[in-house]
Amino acid sequence: MDEETLERIIIKAIKRAASTVPPDVKFALSQALRRETNDIARMQLEAVIENIRLAEEKKLPVCQDTGILYFYVRLPQLADAELIRKTILNATIKATYEIPLRPNAVDSVTGENSGNNVGVNVPWIEFEPSGGDCVEITVFLKGGGADNVSALESLPAGEGLGGIKRSVIKAVMKAGGGPCPPVVLGVGVGGGAYIAMKLAKRALMRPISERNSDPRIAQLENEILEDVNRTGIGPMGLGGETTAIGVNVEVAHRHPASYPLVVLFNCYAVRRVKVKVFPDGKCQFE
Amino acid sequence: MSRVLKTPLVEEDVRSLHVGDVVFLSGVVVTARDAAHRRMIEHIQSGKPIPVNLRGGVIYHCGPIIRRLDDGRMEVISAGPTTSSRMDIFEPFIISRLGARMIIGKGGMGGSTIDAMKRYGAVYAAFPGGAGVLAASKIKRVVGVEWMELGMPEALWILEVESFGPLVIAIDSSGKSLYARGSR
Ligand code: SF4
Repeated sequence: MDEETLERIIIKAIKRAASTVPPDVKFALSQALRRETNDIARMQLEAVIENIRLAEEKKLPVCQDTGILYFYVRLPQLADAELIRKTILNATIKATYEIPLRPNAVDSVTGENSGNNVGVNVPWIEFEPSGGDCVEITVFLKGGGADNVSALESLPAGEGLGGIKRSVIKAVMKAGGGPCPPVVLGVGVGGGAYIAMKLAKRALMRPISERNSDPRIAQLENEILEDVNRTGIGPMGLGGETTAIGVNVEVAHRHPASYPLVVLFNCYAVRRVKVKVFPDGKCQFE
Repeated sequence: MSRVLKTPLVEEDVRSLHVGDVVFLSGVVVTARDAAHRRMIEHIQSGKPIPVNLRGGVIYHCGPIIRRLDDGRMEVISAGPTTSSRMDIFEPFIISRLGARMIIGKGGMGGSTIDAMKRYGAVYAAFPGGAGVLAASKIKRVVGVEWMELGMPEALWILEVESFGPLVIAIDSSGKSLYARGSR
C-alpha cells in the first residue's frame, strides 16, 4: 500500500470522525429524548439530535471543537510504523484545511497556535502490535470542554466499589454543564494512576451499548449510570433526568496500597471511527 | 415563554427576561474567548480603543471554525458555544464598562458575573452545547473579524445572526440561575 492511498484513507477517517456520531450514541440520545420529561432538557436533546442530523447531511464538523486528535494503530508485524506516523501527521495537516477542522494545537509555552493541529506530541499516536495483516486505525477526536473536567483520584485502598461510585458522582457534580451533558463516562479503576488513565480511555472507545464482560463490573456500570441521572444536572446542566447516556468501566488488578480511579468525560459528541486498511490499499470502515 | 429579540438590546427588555425563557436572537453577536477578553480589558485599562461596540451588545463564548472561500468571503462551518466559566474572571468588567447585555455560552457563570448582571442589567443565555452546525445554520454572514493574530478560535468574530437559538435564559438579571444543581 502506498503512502498516498493511506493518507487519503486517514483523511477520510478524520472527516467521518468529525462529522458523524456513532450509532450507539445516536440511539441512546433518541431513547433519552423519549424518557425525558423536563421541557428545557427536551429542547436541548432535540437541538443536539437535529445538529447531528445536519452535520451528517452536510458532512461538516458536529461540534466546532474538533479537539485534539488521537490515533490508535494496531500494527501487523511487517508494517512500517515510522511511515504510518509520518502519514498520519501529513493527513492531519491536510484534513485541517480540507474538512476543515479547528486548529487546536497551541504551544504550551508561548500560547501560539500551530494552525494545523500538529505540534509537539500531538496528534497523539499509539501503536500496538496485532496478529493480522491489516493496519487498524482508530481516530478519536477529543474536545476541550469535556476533557477539562477529567478526574484522577487516589482512593483509600479500603473504600471498595461504594467509594468509586461516590467519587464518580462527585466528579459529575463538579463538572456540571461544562462537558456538554448528556455525557459518556470512561472510568478506569485499579493498577496505578497511569494504568487507570489508560483504562479510562479504553473504556471510552467501547460502544456504550456494550457492557463490561465481567457481570460485576457491568452491574457497576448500570448503577453509576442510574446515580448520575439522579443528580438532576440534565442536558447542558440546565436541569433534567438525562445527565449521562453511557458509563463504561474498565478495571485492572491494583497495588495493595492503591485504589486509583480515573473518570474521563466525553460529551455526547463522541467522535470515534475505526478503519481497517488492507495490504492491497482497500479499506473497510467499521 | 418564547421571545424574539433584536440587537442592540435595551435594558428594559433584558430585565424582563426570566430564567427558563427561550429567546431567538437576530442582529449581531461578537465571539470572544479567553484571549480576546483579556485583550479587551488590557486595551481599556491602557486607554486604547477596542474594535467593536458592545453597548447593548451580545458576547458569544465561541471559537468557531471559519472557512475562507476563494472569493475572499468567509463561511461559518461550525460555531457552537464554549465553556463560559473560564470567562468569569473577565466578564464583570465587560458588562460594567462595555455595556454588554447578553452573554451566550454553555455551562453557566459564577458569582461575580452574576452580580454584574444584576447591577447593570444583563442575562446569560445557554445555546445547546456542541450544536455547532445548528448554530452555523443561523449565522447569516461574517460581518468582520478583529484580532485574527490571536488564532481562529480566539479572534473576535462579528457575526450577523437570524433567529439564533434556542437560547435558554439560564441566569437572569435578578440573579436567578438554572444551574443550581451543579456547581457552576
Ligand atoms: S464538550 Fe464536546 S460537544 Fe461540548 S463544545 Fe466541547 S467538544 Fe463540543
